[in-house]
Amino acid sequence: MRKEIRIAGFGGQGIILAGIVIGRAASVHDNLFAVQTQSYGPEARGGASRTEVVISDSEIDYPKVQLPDIFVAMSHEALITYLDGLKNGGILIVDPDMIKEEEILPFVEKHNINYFKASATKTAVEKIGLGIVANIVMIGAITKATKVISEEAARKAITESVPPGTEAKNIAAFEAGMDLIDGR
Amino acid sequence: MNITRFFIQGNEACARGAIKAGCKFFAGYPITPSTEVAEDAAIILPKEGGTFIQMEDEISALGAVIGAAWAGVKGMTATSGPGFSLMQEHIGYAAMTETPLVIVDVQRGSPSTAQPTMASQSDMMQARWGSHGDYEIIALVPSSVQECFDFTVEAFNLAEKYRVPVIVLSDEIIGHMREKINIPDKVEIIARKMPEEGPETFLPYKAEPDGVSPMPPFGAGYKIHVTGLTHDERGYPDASNPETHTKLVKRLCNKILNHRGELTRVKELYTEDADIIVVSYGAPSRSAITAVKNAREKGIKAGHIKLEIVWPFPEEIIRSAAQQASDIIVAEMNLGQMVYEVERVVKSDAEVSLLPKIGGQIHRPEEFLEMIYKCQK
Repeated sequence: MRKEIRIAGFGGQGIILAGIVIGRAASVHDNLFAVQTQSYGPEARGGASRTEVVISDSEIDYPKVQLPDIFVAMSHEALITYLDGLKNGGILIVDPDMIKEEEILPFVEKHNINYFKASATKTAVEKIGLGIVANIVMIGAITKATKVISEEAARKAITESVPPGTEAKNIAAFEAGMDLIDGR
Repeated sequence: MNITRFFIQGNEACARGAIKAGCKFFAGYPITPSTEVAEDAAIILPKEGGTFIQMEDEISALGAVIGAAWAGVKGMTATSGPGFSLMQEHIGYAAMTETPLVIVDVQRGSPSTAQPTMASQSDMMQARWGSHGDYEIIALVPSSVQECFDFTVEAFNLAEKYRVPVIVLSDEIIGHMREKINIPDKVEIIARKMPEEGPETFLPYKAEPDGVSPMPPFGAGYKIHVTGLTHDERGYPDASNPETHTKLVKRLCNKILNHRGELTRVKELYTEDADIIVVSYGAPSRSAITAVKNAREKGIKAGHIKLEIVWPFPEEIIRSAAQQASDIIVAEMNLGQMVYEVERVVKSDAEVSLLPKIGGQIHRPEEFLEMIYKCQK
């Protein structure tokens, strides 16, 4: 089993942290192997941001994503930039309030994409009252939609990765994210 | 023994390894992509009774580490290409004065300031020959986050054992990627060799049979003179005596070269019956291994040698690989550096081809496969 995940959006959305949490959940708590890499440059807040996580049940040699199984887009720009790279039949999760859906529906149809919408940003603001937890909301959606990490591992990794004192709000954000994906 | 599992960057793993190995002093000047080594050291060292200093530049950073060593403390610095260039003068001084220390060089695109945020393996030869003169150092190349930890521990031990600067040649990819690592609560530590003799008769540069002298710190009552000039066993300059010079420099080189055997560290995969052997080190090894496994699935007799200690160069391993295989592919993230060492050793025993890569990213496994197919013809 080798699963390649790409998460992209803009700087300030916590894209990189989302990748770290997923990698940590998989490797430290689910006993799998994971490698997390990121676009690393002088981009400031608002610029493009990307992280990639490879998860496997055996040691990972080549550490980079080649043909993602899962693509999570938190901005329209990121969605358009990387959508082409998604595997046929792959999983796409978008924040619908951040994108123009009509531009991608033909691709989704043509490549038999397993398409999910998770209003992470809106949920973070309206349900948690804290826009900066949108990334954690998205982790909830990713966990539920892809099962690439276990719910328990995700909770532990979030608790370890967020600033002390913010654990409860972040776990609430994670749960709100899980609720965004229906139980299919 | 307790083992704790972490999911951290290679750079952080270097800092954790150093501190586990007994490092109590870090002096550095921040430079991308090595800065996280300094950041982590700055957070952890003071809590462990150590000292962190940000110096005004890389020259003084290594100077401070040399000073710390002579004060009896294990020390390190971390840098990248441009800073490593500035450190060369002091690397030669550390080699000449037999000062144990560790340098982590997280390699980035070069020459000059080139590509701060991109990876390369540009400093392989600089690590070997960067300072003027005949001298030997030890260099290790990690290719995973776990190896960043393990090899930094090893670097400290080798530095003490041989009283020599040891360089960990990481790169931007390995330095910044996050992976799971297991950190034991205790690691095997080689302590500095102290003199058994008293200060009256002790000669600080008189080597024991292994070529290495004990090293008392300043302030322990021993008379010690530290100089980059050619010196006798007392440490007094004797710079125009050909015999003193020859004896000293040969000893400094031979204390490493005579231990080539124990300083040989490679990891071989499918080499027993391989016709085509890929030689690589650091980040590109991970693509190479993927490709070699792939080639084997296709029935091609490919193998891989991952160099872990690159200096001193593992001549015997490469020589015997060349006697067995018809083709050796050397892959590196530069336009050809270690390939010269491979060619020097292989001579005409096998066909040596170079698979270079610059620009900041590692080779894709397909690039290796193409090269393997080419060699097959």
